Amino acid sequence: MKLTGAQILIKMIKFEGVDTIFGYPGGATIDIHDELARHPDLRHILVRHEQGAVHAADAYSRAHDSVGVALVTSGPGATNTVTGIASAHTDSIPMVVFTGQVPTALIGNDAFQEVDIVGITRPCTKHNYLVKDPNKLAATIREAFHIARSGRPGPVLVDLPKDIIQAEIEFEMPEETALRSYKPNYNPNKKQLAKAVAMLKEAKRPVIFAGGGVILSRASDALTRIAKMADIPVTGSLMGLGAFPGSHPLWLGMLGMHGTFRANMSIGNSDLIIAAGVRFDDRVTGNVKKFAPHAQIVQIDIDPTSIHKNIPVHCPIVGDCKAALEGILDLMEKEDPETLKIDRAPWLDQIDQWKQTTPLKYEQGPKIIKPQYVVEKLYEITKGEAIITTEVGQNQMWAAQFYHFDKPNHFITSGGLGVMGFGLPAAIGAKAACPDKLVVDVAGDGSIQMNIQELMTAIESRLDVKIVILNNRYLGMVRQWQEFFYDKAYASTNMENAPDFVLLAQAYGAKGFRCDDPAKVEETLKLGLETPGTVIMDFRVEREESVYPMVPAGGAITEMLLV
Amino acid sequence: METNRYLLSILVDDEPGVLSRIAGLFSGRGFNIDSLSVATTADPHVSRITMVTNCDAQVIEQIKKQLHKLINVITVTDLTEKKYVERQLALIKVHAKPEKRAEILRIVDIFRCKIVDVGHSHYIIEMSGNSEKHAAFVSLLKPMGIVEIAATGSIALARENGK
Ligand SMILES: Cc1ncc(C[n+]2csc(CCOP(=O)(O)OP(=O)(O)O)c2C)c(N)n1
Ligand SMILES: [Mg+2]
Repeated sequence: MKLTGAQILIKMIKFEGVDTIFGYPGGATIDIHDELARHPDLRHILVRHEQGAVHAADAYSRAHDSVGVALVTSGPGATNTVTGIASAHTDSIPMVVFTGQVPTALIGNDAFQEVDIVGITRPCTKHNYLVKDPNKLAATIREAFHIARSGRPGPVLVDLPKDIIQAEIEFEMPEETALRSYKPNYNPNKKQLAKAVAMLKEAKRPVIFAGGGVILSRASDALTRIAKMADIPVTGSLMGLGAFPGSHPLWLGMLGMHGTFRANMSIGNSDLIIAAGVRFDDRVTGNVKKFAPHAQIVQIDIDPTSIHKNIPVHCPIVGDCKAALEGILDLMEKEDPETLKIDRAPWLDQIDQWKQTTPLKYEQGPKIIKPQYVVEKLYEITKGEAIITTEVGQNQMWAAQFYHFDKPNHFITSGGLGVMGFGLPAAIGAKAACPDKLVVDVAGDGSIQMNIQELMTAIESRLDVKIVILNNRYLGMVRQWQEFFYDKAYASTNMENAPDFVLLAQAYGAKGFRCDDPAKVEETLKLGLETPGTVIMDFRVEREESVYPMVPAGGAITEMLLV
Repeated sequence: METNRYLLSILVDDEPGVLSRIAGLFSGRGFNIDSLSVATTADPHVSRITMVTNCDAQVIEQIKKQLHKLINVITVTDLTEKKYVERQLALIKVHAKPEKRAEILRIVDIFRCKIVDVGHSHYIIEMSGNSEKHAAFVSLLKPMGIVEIAATGSIALARENGK
C-alpha cells in the first residue's frame, strides 16, 4: 500500500492509541493538516500559540495517563514549543512533538523558516530525531512513542522535512522497537527490597516521601497500602500531590520551601525516609547539608541518575516505582504487622502536635478576600473532585496547600520548570482528555496573561474550563521575595495596569464574573462553576498576602518563616 | 573533594548528533572533558569514544550514569578501574638547528619515536605513548624550540581479562 508521509504520520499516531492532538499549521506542515481534515477520528485541536499546544499535550498526557502529542510548523512554530518541551522534560511527561522542517535539500542553507530544532531541543528532550528518509518515518515514530512512554518518561521531538511529508512510499507497519542502547530496568533488585523492609522494621520515625514518579508509574495504590499497613505518615513533592489521599490522617501535606510545618518537621526528625519517584529538587531539600540529618534514606527511582545526585542514599532501588512498592508490600505482608510499626504511637503523636500547634493558617476578615479562602471554598464546592491546573507563583502554592487531592492525575502543574502561562492551555488539554470532569485553572493575574489567547481555543473547541484568578495585582511570588529579602522594594512586580478580566472574557465569548467581597466568594464560585461554557472568575484578593510557611533559600527545611 | 583522572571508554550508535549529545551533556552539566577521541569500531554501526576527565568520585558516578542515560550510548566502561593500554599520538614540529640535531635524534631514539619529515630547519616527530610519556617527551624537546604540536586525545582498551 502506497502512502504519503503525512498519511503515515497520522496512521502511526492513531496506532499509538492517541485520539487527540494539539497543533498549529504553517507552510512546512500544510500537507499534514490537509490530510488530518480527512480523519475525524483523530481530533485536532487548533491552539492559538504553539506553546499552548505543548502545555495542552502535557496536561492531556497526565489526565489521560497516555502520551500527549503536539504538531507545529518549522522555524518559529518549532521555537515556540521550547518552553513547553522543557517543562515536560523536567516533569518527566511522556509526549511526542512533531515539527515541520524545510525540505531536506535546503537544510543547512538558512532557508526561510529553517531552524535547527533538533539542536535547540537536544538538552530539553529525552531524545529527538530528524527524519531524512521516508522509509524510516514509521519506525522512527514508533521509536519516538516507545522512548517517550518507557523508562523515565519524557518528551521526544521528531523533525519532519517537507519532502518527507510529501513523499509517497510503500508502507509497512514497523516492528516493535528494540534498541540495544536503551533498555530501562523496571525490575528492582530483590535484596534491596528486603533491605528496605528490614530498615522499616528498625525505624521508629519513618516517613514516606512520594513524588511524580509514583503517579507516572501508577503506584499510588501500592504506596497507600504500605503507608496504611505500617502506619507511616506520607508527604509529597509538588509533583507527588494525589499520590496518597490528601484527606487521609496519615497525609502530612506537601514538603519543601512552602511545605506544611508538620511535613518539614517530620522529615527533619525522621529516622527513615522511603522516597519514591522523587529527585530531591532544591525546592524540597532546602540546604542539602541540613536535610534530614537523622534519617536513613531508601530511594526508589527508575532513573539511576536521580539517585545519589543531591542526597546520599543508604538503600538505592533502581526500578519501576510500582514494581518496587508492590515488591515491598509483598514482603511486608509476610511479616507480623505489629513488627512493622513498633513504637509508632509517639511518632504519630508528635506529628499530631505539630499539626495542632502550627497548621496552615490565614484569617479571613470581613473586608478583603484572602486567596487561601478562595481555594478552600473551591475545594469544598467541588468536593475535591475537580482536575486542578495552576499557573505559577503564589496561586500555585495556595492551590497545592489548600486543595486536597485524593487521587493521582488531578493536580496538573508545571513543577520543575515553573512556567507562567501553563495553567490555561493545561486546563484545555485536561478537559480534552476528561470531558466529563470539571477542570479549573487556579491562576495568578500575571501568569494568566501569558497564554490568555488560549481562551479562544477553549471556546472554539468547546472545552469548557473554569479560570479562578487570585488577582492580587502583583507578580505576587516575586513581590513576596522583595518583601522578605529586598526591603519591600517592589521593583517591576506591580501589575495594577491590567485588563478588565471580565470584559476580556466577554471579548473572547467567555463569561466573566468579578468578586471583591469575602461574603460573596462562595456565591461567585458556584455561579462560575455552574455557568455553562468557559468562565473567568476574577477574585480581587489581599494584595500583599504571602505564602507560609516559607523556607528561605539555602536554609534547612525545618527553619521556616511562619505567619 | 579530591579529584582524579578518569578514562572512560564509551560505545555509541554511529549516528549523526551523538557527539553533540555527549558534548552538550558535559557543557550543560558543568562536567569537564580533558580529551576526547572518536572512531568507528569493527562494527560499522558502532563508534568508540575514549574520554579523559578530571573530577571527584561523586561527579564521575553522575557522569557515567548520565552518559548511560543517553539513548544512543550502548555501554560506558570506566577503564580506570581496570588494567588497560592507553596511547596518544602526537606530531611535534621542532626547530632543527644543526648544532641541536644530534641531541634531538638521541631523544627521539630513547623514546622510540620516529622522524617523519625532515626539512631545512625543522623536523616533524611522530610519537605515541601514554600521557606521561607524552609530557616527558615534550618537556625534553622544549629547549630545542617546539614550533607546533598536533596531538590526539587518549585512546585506550582494557587488557584481556582486564579487571
Ligand atoms: C515564564 C516565566 N517568567 C517569569 C517567571 C518568574 N515568576 C515566578 S512567580 C512570578 C509571579 C507570578 O505572578 P502571578 O501570576 O500574578 O501569580 P501570584 O504569585 O501573584 O499568585 C514570576 C514573575 C516564571 N516563573 N515564569
Ligand atoms: Mg498576582
